[in-house]
Amino acid sequence: MALHFELVTPERLVRSENVHMVVVPGMEGDFGVLEGHSPMMSTIRSDATVEIYASASAAPEKITITGGFAEVNDKGLTILAESAA
Amino acid sequence: MASLKALKIRINSVKSTQKITKAMKMVAAAKLRRAQEAAEAARPYAERLEAVVSSIASKVEKGPQAPKLLAGTGKDDVHLFVVCTSDKGLAGAFNTNIVRLARRRAEELRAAGKTVKFYTIGKKGRDQLGRTFKTDIVHSVEPGDLGKLGFVQVQEWASDLTHRFEAGEFDVAHLFFSKFVSVLAQEPTDIQLMPVAVADSAATASVGASVDYEPDEEEILADLLPRNVSVQLLRATRENAASEQGSKMTAMDNATRNAGDMINKLTIQYNRTRQAAITTELVEIISGAEAL
Repeated sequence: MALHFELVTPERLVRSENVHMVVVPGMEGDFGVLEGHSPMMSTIRSDATVEIYASASAAPEKITITGGFAEVNDKGLTILAESAA
Repeated sequence: MASLKALKIRINSVKSTQKITKAMKMVAAAKLRRAQEAAEAARPYAERLEAVVSSIASKVEKGPQAPKLLAGTGKDDVHLFVVCTSDKGLAGAFNTNIVRLARRRAEELRAAGKTVKFYTIGKKGRDQLGRTFKTDIVHSVEPGDLGKLGFVQVQEWASDLTHRFEAGEFDVAHLFFSKFVSVLAQEPTDIQLMPVAVADSAATASVGASVDYEPDEEEILADLLPRNVSVQLLRATRENAASEQGSKMTAMDNATRNAGDMINKLTIQYNRTRQAAITTELVEIISGAEAL
């Protein structure tokens, strides 16, 4: 049971891995994405933090991203950001 | 026949040229690796963005309220050619190939009765196109070192282009650049930049379950389409940077080899001339001795 998560910037592919859950800072509020999430597309607030939970109990890993949007489809979650740090 | 001294000077000058071209080749090889990595790193983003744009574009009605970048202006009379080249030469046929492709396409469109304008990125493209299409270059920018170009800089050009498009300066924009295939092969390529070209097969493949949009399709599209333009431009400059270095490396390798051939040829000529001088001297001495 894992969610395939990809974080891509124009400079490089930052992440491509299987994780438990990702909390995405959407334009209309944060939302968590688990495996089997229904397809959706959302823009992302600028200068927001993505929280990546490698497993249900693990502490989240935080990545700050600017601009971009997230797409959830049957293959997983893809975040296209302008930059990530 | 040239004098011994003149030959010696000539050989030395070719030798130092060879040293320079050899050094340039090494520099290009080092830069190539970095440029190639950057070009390859930019590919996933461009590919995924393209997939997202196609999938969302297929779901939005192409009505009159659809964004111009998606639906187009409804005409195709005025074409804008965005020609990406580099600022520096000494890279073999790199710039010439891109310009040649652009020129050929321009002539085709002209023959069909369309208007063609140019927007050049890079000094070499501007200079070469300026010879035949001087009055049609609407704007030109100088990117400097292609390898050091950032996303921010490219975004500026993209927003400039988008403004021009929305102001109705042109109906279709094409992007010309050199695609990096390998060190030995760079392929001049053109793609349609504006309006967005949606591949039908890609669009239908991703239509499946209904998708939730946040905030809604139009707003996402309004954010996405200008971004797509900048990403395509970024990709073009990255590919160009890698192609330029690859082309430069090959050109400098050839130059180094040619200089080597030249040195060999001149050295033989130098030795022959010296031998001839020695022989003449000997003949003089012997005939002098015989006369006594």
